[in-house]
Amino acid sequence: MTRRYSAFALFKEGLNAQKGWQKAWRSPEQKPRYDILIIGGGGHGLATAYYLAKNHNIRNIAVIEKGWLGGGNTGRNTTVVRSNYFFPESTALYEMALRLYETLGRDLNYNIMLSQRGIITLAHSEAEMEMAARTVNAMQINGTDAELFDVEDVRRVLPLINLSPEARYPVFGGVWQGRAGTARHDAVAWGYARAADRLGVDIIQSCEVEEFLVEGGRCRGVRTSRGEIRADRVGMVVAGNSSHLAAKAGFRLPITSYALQACVSEPIKPALDTVVLSPATGTYASQSDKGELVIGGGLDRVPSYGQRGNLPVLEHVVSGLLEMFPSFRQLRLMRQWAGIVDVTPDSSPILGESPLPGLFLNCGWGTGGFKAIPAGGTLLAHLLATGKHHDVSRPFDLERFARGRLIDEAAGSGIAH
Amino acid sequence: MQLFPCPFCGPRNESEFHFGGDAGNQRPEGFRDVTDGQWTAYLHERNNPKGPANEIWMHLTCGEVFRMERDTVHHRVMRSMALVEGGGDDGMAH
Repeated sequence: MTRRYSAFALFKEGLNAQKGWQKAWRSPEQKPRYDILIIGGGGHGLATAYYLAKNHNIRNIAVIEKGWLGGGNTGRNTTVVRSNYFFPESTALYEMALRLYETLGRDLNYNIMLSQRGIITLAHSEAEMEMAARTVNAMQINGTDAELFDVEDVRRVLPLINLSPEARYPVFGGVWQGRAGTARHDAVAWGYARAADRLGVDIIQSCEVEEFLVEGGRCRGVRTSRGEIRADRVGMVVAGNSSHLAAKAGFRLPITSYALQACVSEPIKPALDTVVLSPATGTYASQSDKGELVIGGGLDRVPSYGQRGNLPVLEHVVSGLLEMFPSFRQLRLMRQWAGIVDVTPDSSPILGESPLPGLFLNCGWGTGGFKAIPAGGTLLAHLLATGKHHDVSRPFDLERFARGRLIDEAAGSGIAH
Repeated sequence: MQLFPCPFCGPRNESEFHFGGDAGNQRPEGFRDVTDGQWTAYLHERNNPKGPANEIWMHLTCGEVFRMERDTVHHRVMRSMALVEGGGDDGMAH
């Protein structure tokens, strides 16, 4: 009976024909009532359950998921983790996540394959270099790591990039964040699921919410495809379906859903040892541990719930990459897919109680939810356990849209969501 | 590449169009009477339906704004129509 992963366990099971490994998590029958119910078995939902059990010692929790664990955006992103934002509120949030990621493998006893290979955000003109300097200043003042790179620095980290002054997008330099990198996205979901399960959390898959149970003006649980589940507090962590479920709960959100596409090339030998992002060409890429180039870009321009994406944006993304890396032109694309992301007016997430008391929100991450999973989980767990905001989550309350105190990251850091 | 029907120009590439939000999202009238909640709803809150949607779009190349009914899951367009009387035919069989 081997539950804990270690070199010793691997050795022992090697002698035992690998027969003693246990399932990573149980598939229990649901109970009629829980202290806290979490809707959505993606990274943020599973992390919320784990931190509720670990930080707040609440064990009577269920996570329900309409499909399978990590089958939504957690398994569809491009695995980049970073905290290169502009506003202090955002840096506090994403830096919290990055710091938790740095020790998450040990914390969960699960290899999330974190690789802090650095991210370079390219500047393609003198004006963009000035904006890059501003971003670097802001990041350093906010307490995260940032360096301003010139062309020679870029050549050092991106030996294959076209640095010719005659390039369609000549490179002037960029913003470097060395602690950024990638992590194995499925492992993050599975690691949280396994660790939460060991702390007694019930994870129930193939269980879709049909309606909310509202009594005395409060959310008291949900009716699902597997029957009623009641709870004192409910967390809704369903990016890509947030507006859809909010409509069932009787309110609207400041969210528009768009498809965000990604694709991978055939695997090649190591050629790209960092994450490269070019806002001007609308593309970013990194190389996976298997050798595939993982390529992403901006949102589709058509609001959508179709998890496929469409051709114009994919063409734009790929042409931008090939413009910068001519040697990648010989590669073939293996796969393309899309996830549905929650886009808010200020490109910042929504964390806090919903207009329906007892129902708490974690949504609106736009294109950047994966990098925030440990923080999103920590903060929603804090909200669900105490009913109050953590200092880091308070600025991201839904109320900010009524107060007008937006955290406009699209304007601040020029991110693509 | 999907074709969207402009009521004035007929079927055109989707990249020629710009999404303009929910149809029927009227600006609240009455400067002093508009509450924070009404103003927030107008500025920020969206129907964002999963399935049949009723939306405002702009055809960038002709500059006309029109209403389009489409499904946000499988992207089929039910119909599109001009916002003004006599605004023409979208030229697509629906």
